[in-house]
Amino acid sequence: MGISEERAGYLENLCRQFRIDVITQLYAVQTGHPGGSLSVCEILTALYFEKARNNPQNPNDPGRDRIILSKGHAAPMLYRILAERGYFPADDLKTLRQFGSHLQGHPCSHGTKGVEVPTGPLGLGLGVAVGKALSLQLDKNPAYVYCILGDGELNEGTIWESAMSASKFKLDNLIVIVDRNHVQLDGTDEEIMPLLDLGKKFDAFGFRTFSCEGHSIADICDTIDRAKDVRSMPSVIIAETVKGKGVSYMEGQNAWHGNPINSQYFERAIKELEATH
Amino acid sequence: MAATIREVYGNALVKYGKDDDRVVVLDADVSSSTKSNIFAQTSGERFFNVGIAEANMVAMAAGFASEGKIPFVNTFAVFISTLGTLGARTFAGYGRAPIKFMGAYGGMSDAFDGATHHAIEDIAIMRAIPGITVLVASDAVLTDWIVKTAIETPAAMYVRLSRDTMPDLYRPDEKFELGKGKILKEGRDATIIACGIMSGFSLEAAYILEKEGISVRVVDMFSIKPIDEALIKQCARETKTILTAEEHSKIGGLGSAVAEVLAGNGLGTPLTMIGINDCYTQSGPYKDLLKAYELDVNSIADKVKSCIR
Repeated sequence: MGISEERAGYLENLCRQFRIDVITQLYAVQTGHPGGSLSVCEILTALYFEKARNNPQNPNDPGRDRIILSKGHAAPMLYRILAERGYFPADDLKTLRQFGSHLQGHPCSHGTKGVEVPTGPLGLGLGVAVGKALSLQLDKNPAYVYCILGDGELNEGTIWESAMSASKFKLDNLIVIVDRNHVQLDGTDEEIMPLLDLGKKFDAFGFRTFSCEGHSIADICDTIDRAKDVRSMPSVIIAETVKGKGVSYMEGQNAWHGNPINSQYFERAIKELEATH
Repeated sequence: MAATIREVYGNALVKYGKDDDRVVVLDADVSSSTKSNIFAQTSGERFFNVGIAEANMVAMAAGFASEGKIPFVNTFAVFISTLGTLGARTFAGYGRAPIKFMGAYGGMSDAFDGATHHAIEDIAIMRAIPGITVLVASDAVLTDWIVKTAIETPAAMYVRLSRDTMPDLYRPDEKFELGKGKILKEGRDATIIACGIMSGFSLEAAYILEKEGISVRVVDMFSIKPIDEALIKQCARETKTILTAEEHSKIGGLGSAVAEVLAGNGLGTPLTMIGINDCYTQSGPYKDLLKAYELDVNSIADKVKSCIR
């Protein structure tokens, strides 16, 4: 039971608007992380609008699926999507990273509705997801836990501690999605810390490993469906993405991990994003 | 022979946690040392051995806490206060997850394992993290109360325990309060504000000094954060000098916390810190180590005498 072509098209069009809005916000406040926000766009959209049960009217609904954006620096895209879903007014987005705003530089659970735990220090989100998944199993709650990791984040040793735990405790209610954009802050993954065969790594850690096209809503949704069928072990979806996706000069460029956008670059970005279908 | 603090802790976990489904216990492959294995034996479905992976243990605890559980994380104090701190800061402090960080083998109580296993900076580290209550067990009755209180109080807590026995200070029906120290003995000439095993030693030193005509008040400041400012101020007014006594570095621990209160309130009462100098400790029998680092009863008594001279 895949997603209809029409629905996927609708969500991909929504993603185009999210990209425009996030670039506009980042340009306005002159701070924040464009590269990873653009790469994770379809993954978050597929979850919040299609695959993960979530209820903006009751963010703590026990029946909700839990979504943890471990790569917390992609907060601008998360915030844009949470606002679209109705967790908080879209007007709040203008206060991104500003003093007094609930939209802190990295997601904060006691400020922003829809955020489960604070994230930002890399390498810890998967452990939280493991704890949540175990807790749900104890409570016989059928909800799923989705944890979105950056690939640079996989440098952190704690990720692999958590991966071993997920496997030991047979967490088939845990679905990890790696935003595999191949670029981290100082350079490419290959230059900074090669991940080698990531699929084999996760296989060896006891995961059922899937891969998908990380900018295709349909492929992400189908792959999540397949991951949900896995029993007695955790799943990981390696979503192939492009850092800075949609803005040609940002694509694959580590310099756009967290750089402010000047007016010339801003205009180019918007022009390009508006031209995409 | 009295029970060790770690045994008292393990038994208290069972006593208060066995029938409370919210309580989950995590250990990093040292459960037979921390005695969290006593809980594992009675409530195995809520006990999780996560292997030698302390940082992940804390992150998992944050996950449990965010689902309404009361997670107790267990490993040696020195490891929880180093490998566990990013998670402690991010989730327990900033994220307000009511994780209970149980620091086994506090101070030099893991005596023979040496400096790598002695926790002498844990209080300083955990005290610096906003939002984390810091408690130090000083006897069996208090340890039992701390476990009960940790379950009843929806706050993040760091608790320093011990591998060893401690002198009995309290009757089984003693009442405690978070943020309130306990006067163990009245005195006029000096006050010793102590925590952990040093509270019992200080009391013993005070009784020795009493025979020599020196009247010493002893306070068990088991709640390092929040600290009992009122009691510290009262002691500063009522006794001529103050000493602090802790099995911890002199930097950042109880002594520093008391100094902050005195200086912050413009109180000029002389303060002498008994603790471990800015150095690393050695292996050896626990009693010998306490003596070598001048944390034993006689050293405390000598220090008091030199202060009031």
